[in-house]
Amino acid sequence: MTAAPQSHAHDSDSSFRPPLTARLHDWVTTVDHKRIGLMYVIMSLLFLVVGGIEAMLIRFQLWTANNTLVSADTFNQLFTMHGTTMIFFVVMPMIAGFANYLVPLMIGCRDVAFPRLNALGFWLSLFGGCILYLSYFTGKGLYGGGAAPDVGWFAYAPLTSPAYARGGSVDYWILGTMVSGIGGITFAVNLIATIVTMRAPGMRLGQVPLFVWMMLIDAWLILFAFPPLTAAQVMLLMDRHLGAHFFDTQAGGSAVLWQHLFWFFGHPEVYIMALPAFGIISEVVPVFSRKVIFGYTSMAMATAAIGFISMGVWAHHMFTVGMSDALDAIFSAASFLIAVPTGIKIFNWTATLYGGRLRLKTPMLFALGFLTMFLIGGLTGIMLAAVPVDWQVSDSYFLVAHFHYVLFGGSLFALMAGFYYWFPKATGRMLGEELGRLHFWLLFVGFNVLFGPMHVSGVLGMPRRVYTYQPGQGWEVWNQLSTIGGVIMGIGFLCFFGNVMHSLFRGKSAGSDPWDAWTLEWATTSPPAVYNFEVVPEVRSRRPLWDLKHPEDPDWKHE
Amino acid sequence: MLLVPGLVLCATSESTWGQIPEMFDPAGPNAESVRSVFWLVLAVCTVIFIVVGGTILAFVIRFRERTIDAETEPPQFYGSQPIELAWTLAPALTVLMLALVVIRSVIELRTAPPMQHDQRVRVVGHQWWWEFEYPDYGFSTANELVIPVSEGDQRRSIHLQLESADVIHSFWVPRLAGKTDLIPAKTNEMWLAADQEGTYFGRCAEYCGTQHAKMLIRVDVVSEAAFVQWVEQQKKPAAWNQAVQTGHDRFMELACANCHTIRGTDARGRFGPDLTHLMSRHALASGIMENTQANLTRWIKNPNLDKAGCRMPNMRLSDEDVQAIVDYLLTLR
Ligand code: HEC
Ligand SMILES: [Cu+2]
Ligand SMILES: [Cu+2]
Repeated sequence: MTAAPQSHAHDSDSSFRPPLTARLHDWVTTVDHKRIGLMYVIMSLLFLVVGGIEAMLIRFQLWTANNTLVSADTFNQLFTMHGTTMIFFVVMPMIAGFANYLVPLMIGCRDVAFPRLNALGFWLSLFGGCILYLSYFTGKGLYGGGAAPDVGWFAYAPLTSPAYARGGSVDYWILGTMVSGIGGITFAVNLIATIVTMRAPGMRLGQVPLFVWMMLIDAWLILFAFPPLTAAQVMLLMDRHLGAHFFDTQAGGSAVLWQHLFWFFGHPEVYIMALPAFGIISEVVPVFSRKVIFGYTSMAMATAAIGFISMGVWAHHMFTVGMSDALDAIFSAASFLIAVPTGIKIFNWTATLYGGRLRLKTPMLFALGFLTMFLIGGLTGIMLAAVPVDWQVSDSYFLVAHFHYVLFGGSLFALMAGFYYWFPKATGRMLGEELGRLHFWLLFVGFNVLFGPMHVSGVLGMPRRVYTYQPGQGWEVWNQLSTIGGVIMGIGFLCFFGNVMHSLFRGKSAGSDPWDAWTLEWATTSPPAVYNFEVVPEVRSRRPLWDLKHPEDPDWKHE
Repeated sequence: MLLVPGLVLCATSESTWGQIPEMFDPAGPNAESVRSVFWLVLAVCTVIFIVVGGTILAFVIRFRERTIDAETEPPQFYGSQPIELAWTLAPALTVLMLALVVIRSVIELRTAPPMQHDQRVRVVGHQWWWEFEYPDYGFSTANELVIPVSEGDQRRSIHLQLESADVIHSFWVPRLAGKTDLIPAKTNEMWLAADQEGTYFGRCAEYCGTQHAKMLIRVDVVSEAAFVQWVEQQKKPAAWNQAVQTGHDRFMELACANCHTIRGTDARGRFGPDLTHLMSRHALASGIMENTQANLTRWIKNPNLDKAGCRMPNMRLSDEDVQAIVDYLLTLR
């Protein structure tokens, strides 16, 4: 490993400390992409705690049949808030945070293209989350008191019409996700502009790190998927408050229209959350295998293919609504098709392992966890794409298991890998390795104990979103396993937060390139100075630092 | 990973864990053909999982860093077009095969078998109970579907016409068929048939509001003869018994009659379940409790005790009224 000099930025930071208010003011008014990135991540972690607590309440309620820990209404609010929170206010901001922090560093520029728009995006996301949670205090509107929305995270019409959802809680759901969604759109525009126009001299678009490439596709997906959602939400608001009838089935509106509009956003959203994960894995796996990524080009092409196909599969969420045979067949086939580019990725990552020298540090453990868990999630996805199977298991716990393997075992594991990988860059300190391992193993075991049994309770006939169930159906034991898994994961996250707190102040100092990595962000100090780079190294290949470290066998000879 | 052992566990140790997963234990041709597709994709996916997962595991074990002093980097492979082409084509062919199987099975399953012996039932989803109307016989019942068994050359298929009175629900009886949604302002169709007499349970599978969890279905599959007898019984208007005159009167005077129908009386409400032959049903309030005198009393005193937020109000009746009404309802056989 190359020992890099201790960062200067870090020293000067600690020698002079302005008063707290001034520092807070600095953070609130900042337009620096790194600070905004960090704020996104902090926001995401806060909401992760909230969403996690909601999940645990759900799990405890389902411990036995006819349990009465929480009421039906409370439970329905819990799963709605859990889903909405995790998707819009945990995974999305975490992704935005990573992209904000890393993309400019990875392509060797000073900041994003529109720094102030960037700040706007962050504050919109945060305020969106605040609006959503305000419902707990004032959600009942004129009926007084508070109530969170209880319509599920995809808020199917006509359950959202004033006749079935009294008070304002659904409006809070609409506004919260809409405001943060607009934040997401600004983020995407900004990211595209940055990646397309601000790359370091010499870096062609075909040479950006795969994380950057995948974020580029991701940003396009956001740009295509979010505006339809916003439009649908405006239509819903008009239904609710201006007497329109888009989704009002009593007056000629269509309940299925909402489903089409929602899933036109909702399915790409799954890939919006997955592509950045793929990007992180494509950075972590090579570095910790000490090998170049296998098949950069096919990786990039597969990503673009996923982007395209994922826009055309939304109705696989609707196989039970009674569409025509032709539609069912087309959407089923398209959903199968997406397995091809996804398969390419998994094979390429696996091939990257081959012949490598695997350093099983925490980021790599999480990356391997991702590989296996995502594999399972992908395979159950194939099962769900088989229409007749979907008729049986959709809206059952099998489905719940499937998408948690994709979003938790997939996205969140990858984000955790990224967190351990780039934490030293952002803070100048390493995250503790022992606690990190403990965190990983608790999470990995807990995750499988939590979500594995759900496949079984699903095929045993347990539908999702039930606040309780009747005894004697053989569901208890699987639910109890799940709950135990949840507790294990909870402990895992305690380790994580303990680790972060401890390492922030006491962690081993990192130096600029602790992992002996190859992309540009490791060429500057940890944490980087405001201006990012003093000198941008010459970029002639996909791994500029490899070229620097191995002048005898540089990458550009092979590309 | 846990799925496969879990399933095996379920299937083998029935007595310990309860039962064979319903969808793997079909009681009719519809659910049966879904099961065969399920087995196929499950098998394909399991093989893929074992191969890919095993490869990853093998690579991790084989190639993990052993000596700390390994200073040189391993050889770099940048990719290989033939290999990448191979693992593009292999999955493509696999999913093509699956897609063809699926399309065939969708078409097969959607087209119901020949219609000579069919039974039509109109299913209307309500928050949070099921209305089953038998249009051929002119009566309707609630929450418990009774259908004739289909045996030998007497193939009886049941055509369900699915509608909703309020929000979206989904009709799901795993041992008989996959689910189909009930959508307001849209009429869906599905069919099912049962090879074995018996009782099959199902439930609403689309979140439909507060008491979605307590919207259960019971399907009784009975012999042809028993079915005919049941239909004859259901077709009759409500029984009349002088002894329960007070209960009858209270039922008509209080709001009950606005929401419930009892054929042969003045009660013609359509908002709640038809009570004409209430006591021929096994359970109350969409399968949440047995249909006994005690439960009936409890329900009418305050439906919210067992189904908080349900659409039948707590009418704050006096104990005498409740008693009288229950006595009356008990005669509705
Ligand atoms: C506002 C309309 C309304 C009124 C008034 C009303 N009910 Fe109901 N009733 C319902 C609904 C709706 C259900 C179905 C509840 C459920 O399962 O969620 C129901 C269910 C029932 C059931 C159970 C039926 C079954 O098959 O499970 C009985 C018995 C019953 N009501 C009796 C009465 C009596 C007696 C009264 C008068 C004291 C009454 N109801 C008044 C709406 C009403
Ligand atoms: Cu989807
Ligand atoms: Cu329901």
